[in-house]
Amino acid sequence: MQKLGEYIKKQFPIFSRRVNGHPLVYLDNASTSQKPRAVIDAVSEYYATMNANIHRGIHTLSEEATDRYEQSRTRVARFLNAASPSEIVFTRGCTESINLVAATWAASAIKRTDRILVSALEHHANLVPWQELARVKRARLDIIPLTPGLALDEKKYRELLSYKPKLVCLTAQSNVLGSIPPLRRMIRQAHAVGARVLVDAAQSAGHSKTNVHFLGCDFLVFSAHKMLGPTGVGVLYAKKEILETMPPYQFGGDMVEIVEPRHSTYRSAPWRFEAGTPNIAGIIAFAAAIDFLESVGFDAIQTHDADLLSHARSVFGSYPHVRLFHPEGESNSMLSFAVDGVHPHDIATVFDVSGIAIRSGLHCAEPLVRLLGVEATARMSFYLYNTRSDIDRAARALEKVFKVFQLPFTKRRS
Amino acid sequence: MDLYSEIILDHYRHPRHRGSLPRPSAHIVQHNPLCGDIVKLDISVKEGKVADARFLGAGCAISQAATSLLLDSIQGKSIGSIEKLTQQDAADLLGIPVSKAREQCAQLGLTALQKAITIFKQKRKQKR
Repeated sequence: MQKLGEYIKKQFPIFSRRVNGHPLVYLDNASTSQKPRAVIDAVSEYYATMNANIHRGIHTLSEEATDRYEQSRTRVARFLNAASPSEIVFTRGCTESINLVAATWAASAIKRTDRILVSALEHHANLVPWQELARVKRARLDIIPLTPGLALDEKKYRELLSYKPKLVCLTAQSNVLGSIPPLRRMIRQAHAVGARVLVDAAQSAGHSKTNVHFLGCDFLVFSAHKMLGPTGVGVLYAKKEILETMPPYQFGGDMVEIVEPRHSTYRSAPWRFEAGTPNIAGIIAFAAAIDFLESVGFDAIQTHDADLLSHARSVFGSYPHVRLFHPEGESNSMLSFAVDGVHPHDIATVFDVSGIAIRSGLHCAEPLVRLLGVEATARMSFYLYNTRSDIDRAARALEKVFKVFQLPFTKRRS
Repeated sequence: MDLYSEIILDHYRHPRHRGSLPRPSAHIVQHNPLCGDIVKLDISVKEGKVADARFLGAGCAISQAATSLLLDSIQGKSIGSIEKLTQQDAADLLGIPVSKAREQCAQLGLTALQKAITIFKQKRKQKR
């Protein structure tokens, strides 16, 4: 525990700044994480010492950049316990990774009247592309509902599987509730009816160990920026035998073999899916983010997240006007809440005046927030640099919310 | 907390012109996709002037107070003058500066009102 919290904060330059006159408390990690010095340095090192395009120059800089770029692919493959680096495609982000699968594999595999199954926990990135594909293909989109306790309804899931969907799309962790579905079991059940499974690991990848071999999923997607890496970098993992049969996604330079005036042939996977010049600096620096996370260790991160969550639940739960959204089953690393009579945007504004960043609104998961029966929620999401005292400062800001909005009974229950 | 001035909190807790009209000249539902704020607005236009305007809504203090203040200020005004209102005019009604992030909340009522007038004019055109 000593390694995390206050100690590790020193490695993140942003925490030396003040926001509205206060030291920054950053509790919006589910939106994006802050970056350690090592990652920022890796970005500038690329531009300062080896800036060149990849996969084309014969010169030294291009060779060095290409090497480092491909080392990142190997690093990501090892991070995920993938069978081979050629199962890793770099994209602009989690959203693009999902759109890539929708536009290639799914566009050819999903036919009219086929079913696609998604969970009610999905954020827009793992819902809207499937709505759109279902519309175009005239396929059917089924939603796995939640139980009254806000867990995925596994009985309904098995029922929906009996209709033999072609594809099942599951989040590894909800970005509103923090809930962690029993993925391995759900993936096995989906495979038993012949479905392919896509896992959205956007929230989980920076907080717990991701092991695609253990999970057995067919596709897994996530973004670098929520796990200490740069923005504009995403990963698509796909099983080799699937990736090799997928048609290209975008067309142009870098993804071709031979280009004739009226006809071209395409490179093998994964390069076939990486047309044009990618975010080279970001992808190289992403490896530094993974190094950083693994040197801390996911066991330590999860323990730290759990400690912060339990502290936040007990502190925020002690105020009579505050509703906590606490899902049944496993959850971690974030807490959604609402205050009776005060809109979450107003909560976030009062917090911001105290230098505390939280998210408020629909969290890009409108259908789920509607299920909670509220207009919107406020959300605190934690990471390895947060401390219990960050949460205590948030609680003082919450008391200020009560005061500004003149709510009675503003003291904690003892 | 300059943003949550007495006047904004007063209009948030006790919005003026709350409700709906039985036979509105135009009706509009306006959302703020950012935060889920919503304003449902009815206007009644007589002889080129807004005779009455009512709203129902849910959302943050800024969006709801701004709508209440706006409707207070436009009763009896000509539709031409309402069409000319700018974002600055709507922001000025709040009496305090609004941060970039909250601008959409402050503008929700004005957007709804000006769209309602567009709808009214289209309906009037079709009748003729």
